[in-house]
Amino acid sequence: MLVIDVIATVLMGVGAFFMITGAVGLLRFPDFYTRLHATGKCDTLGEVLIIAGCMVYEGFSFITIKLLLLMVFIFIANPVGTHAIMKAAYLTGVKPWKKGDKRM
Amino acid sequence: MNARERAISMTITFITMFVFWLLLSAWVVYLPQPYDLLEVSKGIICALIVTLVSHELLVPRIGENVLVKTRRFIPYIFWELWQIVLANLDVAYRVIHPKMPIDPLVIEFETTLRSDFALTTLANSITLTPGTITITVEPEQGKFLVHAIAKAPADALLVDKTMQEKVAYVYMEE
Amino acid sequence: MIVIFLAIGLLIMSTILLSMYRAVLGPGVFNRIAASNVIGTKVIVLLVVIGYIFERPMFIDISLLYAILNLVSTLIIAKYLERGEICSS
Repeated sequence: MLVIDVIATVLMGVGAFFMITGAVGLLRFPDFYTRLHATGKCDTLGEVLIIAGCMVYEGFSFITIKLLLLMVFIFIANPVGTHAIMKAAYLTGVKPWKKGDKRM
Repeated sequence: MNARERAISMTITFITMFVFWLLLSAWVVYLPQPYDLLEVSKGIICALIVTLVSHELLVPRIGENVLVKTRRFIPYIFWELWQIVLANLDVAYRVIHPKMPIDPLVIEFETTLRSDFALTTLANSITLTPGTITITVEPEQGKFLVHAIAKAPADALLVDKTMQEKVAYVYMEE
Repeated sequence: MIVIFLAIGLLIMSTILLSMYRAVLGPGVFNRIAASNVIGTKVIVLLVVIGYIFERPMFIDISLLYAILNLVSTLIIAKYLERGEICSS
């Protein structure tokens, strides 16, 4: 196993751990707004780390530039989508959750 | 738009689109045999069509002091990447902990920023930093409505005001 | 190295299955939209990993296209639910 293989494996492993944390947060949190907290932040970082691991594995070639373009696009697009859903829900009337309420 | 602004806008858009076409199609076209005139002409025609249709959307106006703002933007990106790592460790701690310590609340505050780019950068940074997500932005008075997940990240935004000062420094207090 | 890519692919698939529980059950329409956005972003990364398993670089172009489609569809559904119409004349 070369050094580059080990670095790529560690990066992809940490990225997969963050993705699983995001999905578990989607199930565990009691309210719509808190679920968006979990997925909007953890998904973005997990994907960036997995694609960075693939970039390190590839070396210097034209495919690395394409993966870099994909990474920058996901980095900008995910928070914009999260903010759009949250604004639509707030203006339609979904109530936030306070501590001590029932789970919904 | 007068003729000079239109010429600059179309030039910048055409160069950007052509460079992107070269980078994205290089591994199919360049590696078997080097570039000849037929392949490059395909790229020029595609870039011309995109430029004629939508150059006003990509470069709407030429701002002032663009070089200074770009030079101040790069350290801000590195600070923000570090904040993203901290944010995800915080959210992972709150998810995995068996008692799940969350206490959500909705707060509202005002800033002194007015331009489009500055408000968008601040809204994106609030969404990516620990514990807060933007809900609505009002462009005329600079009001932000923010949903926070606990008391500590909400205080870091209301009382400390580090992020607003950094964005105001990058965009030269707009 | 192929074993590591296969393991990462299986982990990503398990997160897609976990999100589908929220897509089926979630009370109201907004939970379902959030879950479908999550599934869309997971599919983008899964396509890149599959491209490495089968050793065909074409999959990266496909995932770039799907990222744009996912973003535009989420924005349009959010705009429709907020206003009641997509384009106002």
